[in-house]
Amino acid sequence: MNSGLNSAINAGMAPVATPWFFYALAGVAVVSGVLVITRRNAVHSALALIVTLLAVSGLYLMLYAPFVAGVQIIVYAGGIMVLFLFVIMLVNIERSSKERTFNRMWPVGLAAACALLALFVSVIVKGRALLNDPMTGKALWPDPVKKLAESSNTQQIANMLYGEAGRMGEYTFAFEIASLLLLVAILGAVIMTKKKI
Amino acid sequence: MPNFITSYLDPKVTVTPGEAGNQFWALVYVFIIFVGVALTVMWLLNWVERKALAHFQVRLGPMRVGPHGLLQPFADALKLILKEDIIPAQADQFVFWVAPMIGLLASFTVYTVIPFGPSQAVSDMNIGILFMLGVSSLGVLGIVVAGWASNSHYPLIGALRSSAQMVSYEVAMGLAVVSAILMTSMNASGTGTLSMIGIVRAQQQQGIWFIFKFFPLGLIAFVIFAIAMVAETNRTPFDLAEAESELTAGYHTEYSGLRWSLFMLAEYAAMIAVSSIAVTLWLGGWMHPFPNLLNGPVWEFIFSLFPGLTFLGVAAIAFIGTARMPAHSFFKIQRIGLAVFAAVLGFIALLLFVIAVAGRSADASLAARFREGIDYVYWFLLKVAVFIYLFIWYRATWPRYRFDQLMKVGWKVLLPISLGVLIVTAIVGVIFS
Repeated sequence: MNSGLNSAINAGMAPVATPWFFYALAGVAVVSGVLVITRRNAVHSALALIVTLLAVSGLYLMLYAPFVAGVQIIVYAGGIMVLFLFVIMLVNIERSSKERTFNRMWPVGLAAACALLALFVSVIVKGRALLNDPMTGKALWPDPVKKLAESSNTQQIANMLYGEAGRMGEYTFAFEIASLLLLVAILGAVIMTKKKI
Repeated sequence: MPNFITSYLDPKVTVTPGEAGNQFWALVYVFIIFVGVALTVMWLLNWVERKALAHFQVRLGPMRVGPHGLLQPFADALKLILKEDIIPAQADQFVFWVAPMIGLLASFTVYTVIPFGPSQAVSDMNIGILFMLGVSSLGVLGIVVAGWASNSHYPLIGALRSSAQMVSYEVAMGLAVVSAILMTSMNASGTGTLSMIGIVRAQQQQGIWFIFKFFPLGLIAFVIFAIAMVAETNRTPFDLAEAESELTAGYHTEYSGLRWSLFMLAEYAAMIAVSSIAVTLWLGGWMHPFPNLLNGPVWEFIFSLFPGLTFLGVAAIAFIGTARMPAHSFFKIQRIGLAVFAAVLGFIALLLFVIAVAGRSADASLAARFREGIDYVYWFLLKVAVFIYLFIWYRATWPRYRFDQLMKVGWKVLLPISLGVLIVTAIVGVIFS
């Protein structure tokens, strides 16, 4: 243990992406994800959803994407879920908990879930074949833990979104369009709720 | 000793245990911080708040348990532990049980990134401030869920109020924080940082606390944060979630005993946490006053005497208290106890002076590093203590807001001002860089 720790200190950073963390977080995410759709009580479902979101943000951390993990906690777990709970608490839970959780739509849902699973599996199988493609020299996925870019991840995202050294970033246009869309959505919500502005 | 203990004690290591990848010392730091915070909150903060409030209102406050009520918090804690733990029959059992835990977890998790010094933190995350804001915003979940699970009207109204209030004030708070983060990028490379330690380092490099940067922009952002953080922690004058005149006790009406005390612990721990954000972002974190003017070995030595002097002062006050005790035999035990307390404080002061003298040389010895660490933690905690005192002062001074006034202040006053400050800070920053 000590030699590994020492080399980690010398490298300035210790590897945290251990399989144990991954399986624990993934397990928590899947189990609480199942709880979200099986609980009858809407507040219990919402709490399970929060646990799922937190576990996913842990997975982002393991992918050395701390900024995405932080935003996941602030926006989803902290912001959106509080509003969810806010609304759910005002709904009459007595009545909704007596309704059937799985209605006649479930075969459609199952088919959609199976299609998504098939898509994932096919991508993984195709990706295996494309790994180190001799024609392009590119892999479908880059080498998993090539470099520990954690210390500059946020700066790299900023450079991509806003550009660096006076040049426009790779995604500046798309980012601005998305923010405009959000602004329109906010204005729409205000206009729909207010009779007189 | 095993290598994983000694390797971090090497004076050449100047990073946090988290960055050094040393799990053992990281756990030790976590233990020290959590026990320290729990004890401070339970004993010191509780006692100071009751005494200060009492003196604000020209009362004596707790005087019976221990000299000047010093042991009153322990008596209270014992009472809370022994009290019956009631769960209402119609309550949602599991959620009722888990709600205080959520609040406690959220307010204690943020302590892992609070920089008590350049290496006196559990870890230095790249997204430190983002992590702090995110995790502390999870605390509202505990309140909302507690109010709902109680299955009673007052707690539900309290929970709804508190969630609306916290979500509203988070916006202004976040914008004020962003304008401080913008200031970190005013350097040669033009790269800012979100790391808590990085933010203090940026203030060190630019030679100015961000509260005075681009005067008055930094000051306005700081004031907005200082107002929003009172609302975030549900303290007077924003304590509508537990307005006792209208809602009995708000979201924790149905809670009793130990569970109730967990809510209080979470609230006070959150107070210290948000005060630490303010200190880190605007008041130079662990740096002593005027670090650029008053540096050099002589000034370093003078500033390193401050922790010892503080303890000496408190010990002197305790000794005066001992001398002024009435000469009745009834006060004999209290007098002995206070004298022992004063002696312990004096001994700590002596210890701190010894460390200051032993570590006065600027070489990389363990004593010098230890002395430096005490200095950093002392100045950080002193600044945090000022905020805690302000929290108590607010509570003694101001009446509670009405709910519509609260929303008006949040959305129509603080939000526009913080947006304006953010824009002006960005413009000024571009002009001056």
